[in-house]
Amino acid sequence: MSAERLAPRPAVRWTILAGVGLLFLIPIASMIGFTLRDAGGGSTLEHWTGLADPANAGRYRPIWTGIGNSLVLAVVTVGIVLFLLAPTMVLITLRYPRLRRPFEFLCLLPISIPAIVLVVGLTPVYLTIGRTLGTGAWTLAFAYGITVLPYAYRAIQSNLDGIDVKTLAEAARSLGADWLTVLLRVLAPNLRGGLLAASLISVAVVLGEFTIASLLNRQNLQTAVFVVSKQDPYVAVAFALLALLFAFLLLLVIGRVGRIAGTPRRRRTRPAQETS
Amino acid sequence: MTDAALTAPATDRTAAVTGNNPLVAVRGEGAAVQFAGVVKDYGSTRVLHGVDLDIRPGELVSLLGPSGCGKTTALRVLAGLESATGGVVRIGGRDVSAVPTNKRDIGMVFQSYSLFPHLSVLRNTMFGLSMRRVAGKEADRRARAALELVGLEGFAERYPHQLSGGQQQRVALARALVTEPRVLLLDEPLSALDAKVRVQLRDEIRRIQLRLGITTVFVTHDQEEALAVSDRIAVMHKGGIEQIGTPDELYLRPATPVVADFVGLSSVVPGSVKAGRVEVLGFWLPLITPAGDGPVEAYIRPENVRLADEGVAASVLESTFLGSLRRTRVRTESGVTLALQHSVSERVVFGQEVRVAIADVPVTVRQPAA
Repeated sequence: MSAERLAPRPAVRWTILAGVGLLFLIPIASMIGFTLRDAGGGSTLEHWTGLADPANAGRYRPIWTGIGNSLVLAVVTVGIVLFLLAPTMVLITLRYPRLRRPFEFLCLLPISIPAIVLVVGLTPVYLTIGRTLGTGAWTLAFAYGITVLPYAYRAIQSNLDGIDVKTLAEAARSLGADWLTVLLRVLAPNLRGGLLAASLISVAVVLGEFTIASLLNRQNLQTAVFVVSKQDPYVAVAFALLALLFAFLLLLVIGRVGRIAGTPRRRRTRPAQETS
Repeated sequence: MTDAALTAPATDRTAAVTGNNPLVAVRGEGAAVQFAGVVKDYGSTRVLHGVDLDIRPGELVSLLGPSGCGKTTALRVLAGLESATGGVVRIGGRDVSAVPTNKRDIGMVFQSYSLFPHLSVLRNTMFGLSMRRVAGKEADRRARAALELVGLEGFAERYPHQLSGGQQQRVALARALVTEPRVLLLDEPLSALDAKVRVQLRDEIRRIQLRLGITTVFVTHDQEEALAVSDRIAVMHKGGIEQIGTPDELYLRPATPVVADFVGLSSVVPGSVKAGRVEVLGFWLPLITPAGDGPVEAYIRPENVRLADEGVAASVLESTFLGSLRRTRVRTESGVTLALQHSVSERVVFGQEVRVAIADVPVTVRQPAA
């Protein structure tokens, strides 16, 4: 049976799309509606304008602290992905291909472990971290480095599979490049799409994380929103919407970057005819 | 080969390259390469069994053999991409066994396309120069000269995906040559190309190699390729060198059955050695390598068998037109199958009764299969 015959008719397609769209849009619309509601049952923008009001700075301070912490966490987590995970994956591809399957299993494992279970295991580790590196929020990045592994691994690995890493590295070596040059000037530019996607998706995961931060008593954006929601539920929902919008924009960028990286300069000309 | 022969074909774009080309101007003598008892193990499997090979400066030596014979491993050991388990590799008389690939001053062209996809043809060609900290303008000039040498001077700003396979390998060759390496290593660079391009590029590689005088090691499993471009060929078998010699020597006087089997076409015919000669179908032929008296199997080249008025009676099994000659297979009355080459004007058909004779040239023999 052809794929065309199996495909649903346009009306069915649109119905499914509308159903799924409503499923996502109704809660978001409700959140927006909630932030526009005033005490008397009417509509107001004061919950949004209040975000920038200096008079509310004290009330919203946990949020700004949380945003700051989350941004630091995002940077450190991306650092773990770029400077630890990616070079390890390249090393495995070049030198230890037999380790690929076990490493893949290890990287995908966190997706099947609930955050709360992860915290139970991490608590004694964080007692040691607390004693040695302090209890700063940034230390959460070690845990986030684990939670983003499945997403970052898939993004980078699919890019690695698309290029002949071994031959490129050997060609560069034969031309006089040391390993750092191979990594930075030959492999990294060709892994640009995968590395960007891994980084952006890591940022999205970090900005949306609540459970680990809450249970390990660290403050990030999500825990701050939770704290503020007890005093001012409207503004908490407004921040949640902003975080959602930021994640949405991030995913748009990932998609865009993925397309550009996948087709470098291919739009202009066709491959040449054999003239040799 | 004479200079005139190097520049003869009208279609050869590299012939237009003058002696002003900086790469041609620096034509050197190349460096000697030596393998001395090189052993390579992968775990418990030994893939190189004490390879000994001396390559003279400026020489093009092919490592020829079937898949798994160790030819690519030998090349990779020379490049430093694999470390030898034992033995010594020398380039220009210096032991380079402990020298990393990037310090060996080699140029290498790979079987698979190895151009850096994110760099233009010019940037790809300049890569090795930038590793050697050659200044921008000088690097640009030399890279363009290298592209001119391979006939791609108009392709500098293109990207690898905009080139055909043959063009990509030409750029890879220019990139390997631009640094004026001491040794050029070619790891089956033509095997991914179609037949016509393969022959053209093969000839260009040889011409460029002769013009630059660079010591070259060429790995291939294609005997025709090896015979066409090499000064000498090392036939490899099961991790060792079976025979090394000029293409003529290898073809006309294969020292071992393996070489006779792999290089050129042969019919394997039962015979009997007596007093230093071998009797095959009633013809007494000299031996290339002495063998003890007794039954053997002899390798008979098709060009050494001819249709004759007198000789062994046989019937034609098939006859194939190959353009400049015909190749015919016949079966003798004793049941031996022989291949022979003859003029296209001599037409034979299936089932025709003919007589064949074997020329009095030395042959290789082996012990008969049990």
